[in-house]
Amino acid sequence: MAEKFTCFTAIAAPYDPVNVDTDQIIPARFLKVPRGQGYGEFLFHDVREQPDFFLNHPVFGKAKILVANTNFGCGSSREGAPYAFHDAGFRSVIAPSFGDIFFNNCMKNGIVPVRLEEKRCGALREALKQHPGGEITVDLQANKVTTPIGEFEFSVPPFFREMLLEGVDEIGLTLSMLPRIEAFEKDYAASTPWLTPLA
Amino acid sequence: MAQRAGQFLLYVDRHLVHDGGFHAMANLAKRGLKVRRPQNTFGTPDHYVPTISRNPADAPTAEIRRMVETYSTNMKNNAVPHVEIADARQGIVHIVGPEQGLTLPGMVLVCGDSHTSTHGALGALAFGIGQSENEHVLATQTLWQAPVNTLRISIDGARPAAVTAKDVILAIIAKVGAGGAVGHVIEYAGSTVRAMSIEERLTMCNMSIEAGARAGMVAPDDTTYQYLSGRPFAPKDFDQAVKFWKTLPSDPDARFDREVSMDAEKLEPMVTWGTSPENALPISSSVPGAPQRALDYMGLKPGTRLEGIAVDRVFIGSCTNSRIEDLRAAAKVAKGRKARVPAIVVPGSGLVKKQAEAEGLDKVFLEAGFEWRHAGCSMCVGMNGDLGTPQERIASTSNRNFEGRQGKGARTHLMSPAMAVAAAVTGRLTDVRKL
Repeated sequence: MAEKFTCFTAIAAPYDPVNVDTDQIIPARFLKVPRGQGYGEFLFHDVREQPDFFLNHPVFGKAKILVANTNFGCGSSREGAPYAFHDAGFRSVIAPSFGDIFFNNCMKNGIVPVRLEEKRCGALREALKQHPGGEITVDLQANKVTTPIGEFEFSVPPFFREMLLEGVDEIGLTLSMLPRIEAFEKDYAASTPWLTPLA
Repeated sequence: MAQRAGQFLLYVDRHLVHDGGFHAMANLAKRGLKVRRPQNTFGTPDHYVPTISRNPADAPTAEIRRMVETYSTNMKNNAVPHVEIADARQGIVHIVGPEQGLTLPGMVLVCGDSHTSTHGALGALAFGIGQSENEHVLATQTLWQAPVNTLRISIDGARPAAVTAKDVILAIIAKVGAGGAVGHVIEYAGSTVRAMSIEERLTMCNMSIEAGARAGMVAPDDTTYQYLSGRPFAPKDFDQAVKFWKTLPSDPDARFDREVSMDAEKLEPMVTWGTSPENALPISSSVPGAPQRALDYMGLKPGTRLEGIAVDRVFIGSCTNSRIEDLRAAAKVAKGRKARVPAIVVPGSGLVKKQAEAEGLDKVFLEAGFEWRHAGCSMCVGMNGDLGTPQERIASTSNRNFEGRQGKGARTHLMSPAMAVAAAVTGRLTDVRKL
C-alpha cells in the first residue's frame, strides 16, 4: 500500500477559504465507488461548478500542489478525500493547519501535508495569484519547501516521514512486532479480568 | 507497547465497524488477512441502511443496497460479532456502542467515523480514523499515535430552561472555532457537565470534532457507572471494574496545555446560520455580515433576524441527537401541534425506537404529522439516499452544516431536538421558549 515520497515539484494553486471540509473535497455520494475505478474526477466535484474555482483556471487547473488556508480537511474521516487528491495527481497540500484525521489520511496515501505559518501561506497564495504557474518543490528528504517567495523548513511526524521516504508498509512493520503485541494481550487480559470478550 | 520515532503503538480495546468501512475490509482481504481480533470488534450497519424499512432491497439504488450487503458478507467472513439491519440492536454505531455497554471508561476505542469522539462521554479515549488506519487496526489491533495536547473546557452554572447539551456544545464551537481544538483532546469539566446525564454528555462529546478536536471526554463518575450497570457487554464483575474506573479521572492539580471556561447560565438556545458549525448564534440574534460565501450558499442577507427564517424540511436524528432523551424532548414540543413542513424522526437505534414506542412517542410524532422512521444515519450525511434538494432549507438536529452535506445545494441549520420541532410546527426558525 505504501507509496514512496522523496521530492515533488509541480505548479501550485492558491485556494483561500478557511475550514474547507472533506465533504467539499469529495461529496459523500462518491464514497461507495471501488478504489480501483479512480477518484480523481470526484475532487471538489460540486465546488468545481463555480466558474472561478481554481481547477477551472487555465493554469491552476494544471496544479498538483495546493496552497490552502487554516483547518484544511476538517470534518469527516472519509479517506476518499486524499484518494481524490492522489488520483488527480496531487502529492502535497500546504496549509497553516489541517483537520487531524485528514492529515493522517494524507500521509497514508503518499500525499505530504505541509504546515507553514498562516502569514507565510497567505503571502504564498498572493504570490501565486500574481504570477500563475509558479512551482513549488516539496523535499521531504530535506524537510524543505522551495516556493516563489522563498525556501522554508517544515516537518511531518518523523515516523510517517520514514514510512514515506522508504515506502515502508506500516501494517507489515507492525505485524513484524506481533510477538510483542501478543505478550501485551496476555498481560492485559490478566490485569483486567472484568472485561468480557465480544466473541 | 512500543515506541518508534515519536509514535507510540497503542492497543485498541474496541474497534467499532459499520457499512462505510468497505475500503478497509477490501484492502485487508487483498493482503490475504482476516480480522485479527474479532473479540475486540463489533459491527452495526448505519451509513447506508434504508430508514423506510428494514429491507436492504428498499435502498434507493443498487449501489447503496450493495453496501449494506457487503457489510454483512464482510462481518460473516471475518467472524466479527455484529448485528444485521433487522436486529433490534442495530443502529448508528455511536448510539449502539454506549447502549450495548461496548464503550467503557479507560478504553481506547476507535471507529472509521469522525464522530467517534461521542464515546468519550463515558471516559473512554475515543477517536475517528481513516480507512488505512481502520485496516491497520483490523490487521493488528493496534494503532501508531503521537501524544496530543490537552484542552480543558470548564462549563459551570445551571443551564437556563430550554438550553440543552446541544446548545452548550454549539456555543463552545462558536467560541473556540471549527479549528480551535485541532491537535487537542478536550476534557469537559465543571458543574454543568457533572449535572448532565450520560446522553447529554454523549451529545456534547459527539461534536468535539466540529471544534477540530481529536477526541472529547468526560471523567467517569457515579452517573457513568449507573448508566453502564446491567448493559449487555458491561463487565460481569462490575464492582471490580468500578474500582479501576475510579482511578481514571484527572488529578485535581492536573495541568492542561490550554483552558477555556464558559458560564452556562448565560446561554440561550442556539442555531447555526452558515456552513461551518462555528457559525452558531443564539436564536435571538441576526445573520452577521460575513463570510460572503456562506451567506450566498445559505441564501441569507446580513441583518436578517434568525427567528422567523422559513424552513422547508426538518430532520430529527443523527449520532448527535437521536437518543431516547432527545426524542422525549422533541415529543414534548410536538404534542398537540402540527408540522407545517415535511419532518422526519429517525431514532438512533432499534432499541431507542422500541423504547419510544413503549412510551407512545411515535404516536405523538405521527399525530403531529412527522414521519416515524427506522434507525440509521439518514439525512445527517445522506449516504442512504435520505437527502434534501438544492436550496431546500433544513432545520436539523445533526452535527454538520457543511455545503452539500444534506444534499447538493441543501441549506442546513443545526439546533437541538426541541428547537427543530419548534421549526417544524411553525415552519420557521423559532425560539422554543416562546411556543
